[in-house]
Amino acid sequence: MVGFVTLGAAIMLYRSKLLQATAIPKAMAAAKERTEEVHVRGPANAAVTLEEFGDFQCPPCGAMEGPLQQIERDYASSLRVIFRNFPFTIHEHAHEAAYAAEAAGLQGRFWEMHDLLYREQSVWAKSSDVQSLFDAYAGMIGLNLERFKKDVSGEQVKAKVEEDRKRGEALGVRNTPTIFINDESVPPTSLNPTALRAAVDAAVKQKTRS
Amino acid sequence: MKNNRATSKPGGNAIAISRSQIVIYAIVALISLAGLADATYLAVQALTGETMVCGGSPDCFKVLGSPYARIGGVPLAFIGAVAYFCVFSFAILAAFGYARVRRLLLFTVWSMFAVTLWLLYTQAFILHAFCRYCLFSAAMVFLLAGLIVASRSP
Repeated sequence: MVGFVTLGAAIMLYRSKLLQATAIPKAMAAAKERTEEVHVRGPANAAVTLEEFGDFQCPPCGAMEGPLQQIERDYASSLRVIFRNFPFTIHEHAHEAAYAAEAAGLQGRFWEMHDLLYREQSVWAKSSDVQSLFDAYAGMIGLNLERFKKDVSGEQVKAKVEEDRKRGEALGVRNTPTIFINDESVPPTSLNPTALRAAVDAAVKQKTRS
Repeated sequence: MKNNRATSKPGGNAIAISRSQIVIYAIVALISLAGLADATYLAVQALTGETMVCGGSPDCFKVLGSPYARIGGVPLAFIGAVAYFCVFSFAILAAFGYARVRRLLLFTVWSMFAVTLWLLYTQAFILHAFCRYCLFSAAMVFLLAGLIVASRSP
């Protein structure tokens, strides 16, 4: 009996690990291309696509952002980056931050808000009045404030964040940041600036060879 | 007494001014340059949508990201930069003895003083946040106002 339970648990554990992000199925990869609201930075014909599932309040995501932006600059012609929201409820303001980024996206300033939220993460994360701070961020990046305030509490941004989260769950995303390079998951052990740069470099070289 | 008077410039607009007034106008010009640098920096940041200016300071974001930081979409800092530039130009001309610009200088500085009081009120009682660049500018305007008062005293 104990053996069966143990075996069952082991199989379930194995399956759950297996489900964890390893690669993006082709159908899902194609679906993302069709979606108009995907936040993409970099050339459309880039050899390498890096897709990040991130939570704006997750400290490792914030720590990874600087090196990632440096990699983006260094591989500007051959790398494009896609960002997907994957906010965790354990982070008090993660959902509000994701909504703020999406609301900025509705005015064409997603990446400005994305960069600002990550850069100021340590400040707003401990703010008692985070929404007024996000409004101030919106003002700073030149958004129409009235529209931003309306959008940030609207259903459209919530649906977008939920859509991203569901996609992440379907791909087995468990932690943030989770990064896919050309639809292949980057192992958690490689989520450091040096290994990530090496992975991007290898992907670029592989694409240019083939 | 001989050293107390500067040579007047030829032409109808020029008058003789004391050496102390020349010094005061020169200081006004220098202070307006400091204000101009501050306002230009903020204006450029606002016009380019750059946010590094407030890095790590939520109060700065609350002030510079507020609707009060723009008038009809134009950054207040840009208007401030124009005002500081006017003060600089008027102060230089006044130091060379041009009488008419003294009135313009007076009008510009007192206008800036009034706006500064309003902005300080806004920061203290409406936004409940202060921006360090705005406080620096306020200090510059107070200094300018003080110097303008000093330049008019006998």
